[in-house]
Amino acid sequence: MSALVEINDIWIEGRADETWMPIINGASMSLNKGEVLGLIGESGAGKSTLGLAAMGFARDGVRISKGSVTFDGIDLINASAAVKRDLLGKRIAYVAQSAAASFNPSHRLIDQHVEGPVQHGVSTRVESVNDGIELYRRLRLPDPDNIGFRYPHQVSGGQLQRAMTAMAMSCRPDLIIFDEPTTALDVTTQIEVLASIRDIVEQFDTAAIYITHDLAVVAQMADKIKVLLKGDEVEEADTRTMLSDPKEDYTKSLWAVRSFKRPGKAAVPEDATPVISVRNVTAAYGKAVVLHDVSFDIHAGRTVAVVGESGSGKSTAARCITGLLPPLEGHVEFDGEALPLDYRKRNKMQLRQAQMIYQMADTALNPRKSIGEIIGRPVEFYMDLKGAKKRERVRALLDEIEMEPDLFIDRLPSELSGGQKQRIGIARALAAEPKFIICDEVTSALDQLVAEGILKLLARLQDTLGLSYMFITHDLATVKSIADEVVVMKDGRVVEQGPKDEMFTPPHHSYTDLLLSSVPEMDPDWLTNLLAERGVDNLGDAAADRM
Amino acid sequence: MTPFDNSIGDLLVFFGKTGNVLLVLGIITFGGFLFRSIGQLFDNRGETFVEMPLFIASLLAILLLAVVSLIWSAFFGGRAGLRTLILFVAAIVFGAWAFRYAGQLLTDNAPLFRDMPFGVAFGYVFGALALIGGIWFFLQPVELDGAPRASVIFFRWAVKGFIGFAIAAFLFRLAGRYLGTNGTRKLFRQMPMTAAFGILVILIYTIVSVFAGVIAPFGQEEVLANSNIVPGGDPAVGGDPDYPLGTDQIGRDILSRLIYGAQNTVGIAFATTLLAFFIGGSLGFLAATLGGWLDQVLSRLVDVLMAIPALIFALLLMTIATAWAPKLGIPLTFFMVVIIAVIDSTRVFRLARAVAMNIVVMDYIEAAKLRGEGLAYLVFREILPNATAPLLAEFGLRFCFVFLTIASLSFLGVGIQPPLADWGTMVKDLAQFINFAAFAPQVATAPLLAAGAIALLTVAVNFVVDWMLHKSSGLKE
Repeated sequence: MSALVEINDIWIEGRADETWMPIINGASMSLNKGEVLGLIGESGAGKSTLGLAAMGFARDGVRISKGSVTFDGIDLINASAAVKRDLLGKRIAYVAQSAAASFNPSHRLIDQHVEGPVQHGVSTRVESVNDGIELYRRLRLPDPDNIGFRYPHQVSGGQLQRAMTAMAMSCRPDLIIFDEPTTALDVTTQIEVLASIRDIVEQFDTAAIYITHDLAVVAQMADKIKVLLKGDEVEEADTRTMLSDPKEDYTKSLWAVRSFKRPGKAAVPEDATPVISVRNVTAAYGKAVVLHDVSFDIHAGRTVAVVGESGSGKSTAARCITGLLPPLEGHVEFDGEALPLDYRKRNKMQLRQAQMIYQMADTALNPRKSIGEIIGRPVEFYMDLKGAKKRERVRALLDEIEMEPDLFIDRLPSELSGGQKQRIGIARALAAEPKFIICDEVTSALDQLVAEGILKLLARLQDTLGLSYMFITHDLATVKSIADEVVVMKDGRVVEQGPKDEMFTPPHHSYTDLLLSSVPEMDPDWLTNLLAERGVDNLGDAAADRM
Repeated sequence: MTPFDNSIGDLLVFFGKTGNVLLVLGIITFGGFLFRSIGQLFDNRGETFVEMPLFIASLLAILLLAVVSLIWSAFFGGRAGLRTLILFVAAIVFGAWAFRYAGQLLTDNAPLFRDMPFGVAFGYVFGALALIGGIWFFLQPVELDGAPRASVIFFRWAVKGFIGFAIAAFLFRLAGRYLGTNGTRKLFRQMPMTAAFGILVILIYTIVSVFAGVIAPFGQEEVLANSNIVPGGDPAVGGDPDYPLGTDQIGRDILSRLIYGAQNTVGIAFATTLLAFFIGGSLGFLAATLGGWLDQVLSRLVDVLMAIPALIFALLLMTIATAWAPKLGIPLTFFMVVIIAVIDSTRVFRLARAVAMNIVVMDYIEAAKLRGEGLAYLVFREILPNATAPLLAEFGLRFCFVFLTIASLSFLGVGIQPPLADWGTMVKDLAQFINFAAFAPQVATAPLLAAGAIALLTVAVNFVVDWMLHKSSGLKE
């Protein structure tokens, strides 16, 4: 039996700054019917480009310079637009990373769902509406009969991602390309989407290319795994072999990332004054109360991880501490003294002591300012250093975050990678010489290797400078590696809190349990076992809860 | 007699009766229903007609009826012009199909022809026909039976001007690619021809307006002996080589006045636009940064100002200013600058506020606020650098509008006051010569020179603005 998709020694180039830069250097792969291939690598490794090339498609400013792509005996590179038009959507489908950005917000889900089958003449409108409802049911979307008649903004992110999978399935394609379909989702939602995708791919015997940078996810989904590094193929093997016996050093380093763990620290003395103490804080946006009576302490030199899914109030708690959102009740103490509720009423000293590192380094750094200006401003503002002294301090800070000052001081943020930008964010916080730093999902937008580097840097800075961190995250793997204490939040309330070791040993609060068990593990049987353990009904209930 | 021969009056009488209106509506609705039902019979994919609302079906039915009746009246109602048009379009459609088919055969199905949409093939054929038609018209004799043919003459001038400017722009860009610093060379390499043209024209205007006194052969107020000398400098048709663009109705040199006009009109427009941006920009940024009641008050105030038609408002205020200016001893031009700047600053305010709104929600603004930065730092150091691209593009457009407003006000007699040269006034003063176009094209050129100067700058600025917008949007990707 010949392969369904055959990519042979393909070279892809992208246009940057008037020249063609290589993106993929001679990758090959073949995929049989019903097989799932996992494509992994860091961002910029060319995963998405290779995935799109399997459809014979290249983005604007990108070209396939050499090689061949054959789909079911059809040469996709030289195929006419008419031939491709007939294939794409009908026999090859694509599920994008952000369903929220890919659905047209002004059409109902079902109207977008039926477009493909009707355009391709696969079925009539009425038939494909009924089929869509059936697919929604199989993907375990709540209220499948009616959910399609909603607009994209009326359903949650995880549901939208499943609706998009249903849409890709609408013509019963032979091949689906999933481009990071769960990266933007919470762990608990991710499980539902993963299970649905896996089931439906199995049911219809569809071949799939699953692109992700999360190894644990790919372990659940793929029959075989291909690792990419900067456009080069590192290795390919079937999933179990790859996990148990990786050949290349790079693959081994990917596998080892999750092993970073900090040694435990001595217990805090009973009578110590916490650096930050959140006391019975209740806060609201307008009339919607989002924090209910939240209290926790952060001691000197400690990391407190605040975990919970999106909407649980983690970031709102941070906004109350910084004073951006003055709480309705309760207050925040710094070194035993109550801080003014509104940041505008705090003095320079109080503002300096609590700094913040943001999730999206892209929006946290002013794109029109050089690195030197960005880090130099707090130095000048708080420390009153000017000219050569200021520049010296900036260089010292760049050294501190392990970036070569000569190389980076005059660059703009757009000339840095994601991890480097995040380091600049850290340096800007350090420049104020604070006692306390809020890290708001600082690693969730980064690849695992890069994220690990950031976590190590933060840990080292804590040891040398005695900083306290409030570490907001929804990734429990990160919590395991860096936290001293954990605060679990749900619906604006603290569900459980305590030292890390206590939190990770049973018994837990039922919600903590759900969070913990939802973190994908590298074991390829993990998802199967978990679903068996929870029972599919439970999963459906979890989805219904979220309605 | 075709349906289109009815006069409007007959129609009004017909539709004046309620019964007739209901009858027509009924027929239309029934027609739509019929149209949709027939469509549903043939629409096996259930895509187009199944969910079509009745009113859309009715509209489509009317449209179909109109097209059919047009074709009917063209071929059976004796409307020769319409018939030619329809046959012409049909010929291009057929030509496009033949062109694509021939291309596919000759190039052995190369992707260019294989994947060519029909619309593109139509465009190629139509473009080729237009080019051939243009060349044919260009080669027509300038005179027919002793009378000059104005259309051919003006067309030739336009083509020559277009080619001349294209060559100049090309050479300018070529020079830019090999001269100057690395940065400017790179800029010129990426520059489209339109932008090169725009920059060249703006450069020329700037040089002319700055050095007007040196370049102009005569003074702007200098009344010379001969009035109404025809442009072109050809004594045979009433020109004079000393005054290449002729003189106006009281004998002032038009070339000199055009050059001084650049100084007056462009200079004042530039100053006005700067003032408008200062007012609108700073208030817009303030409204976006502070929000709350200040934003409300400023925005509503701007809404009120924008609700009054700009030109009429400016005219009204200028009329008042004309009465005040002598009493206060302030030149009228100063009033004009302030009035136009305030009216135009409302548009700038809207844009600056909208742009800043998107910037103030960024994390780096939050970081700066939490650092304890003051308002001035936030506005000028954090927001402004990120808003420059759209504001700069708006500056170009706004400059054109201000420029046209000044020209319009001058044309209406309340703008830049004589004897100062101004392009709007020049068009107004010489306007009646346009009537000579049919038999003396050279004479009719006189008012067109100033109008052309305005048009050229407007086009040039817009080309540059387009390019800058393209560049700034490219940077964000």
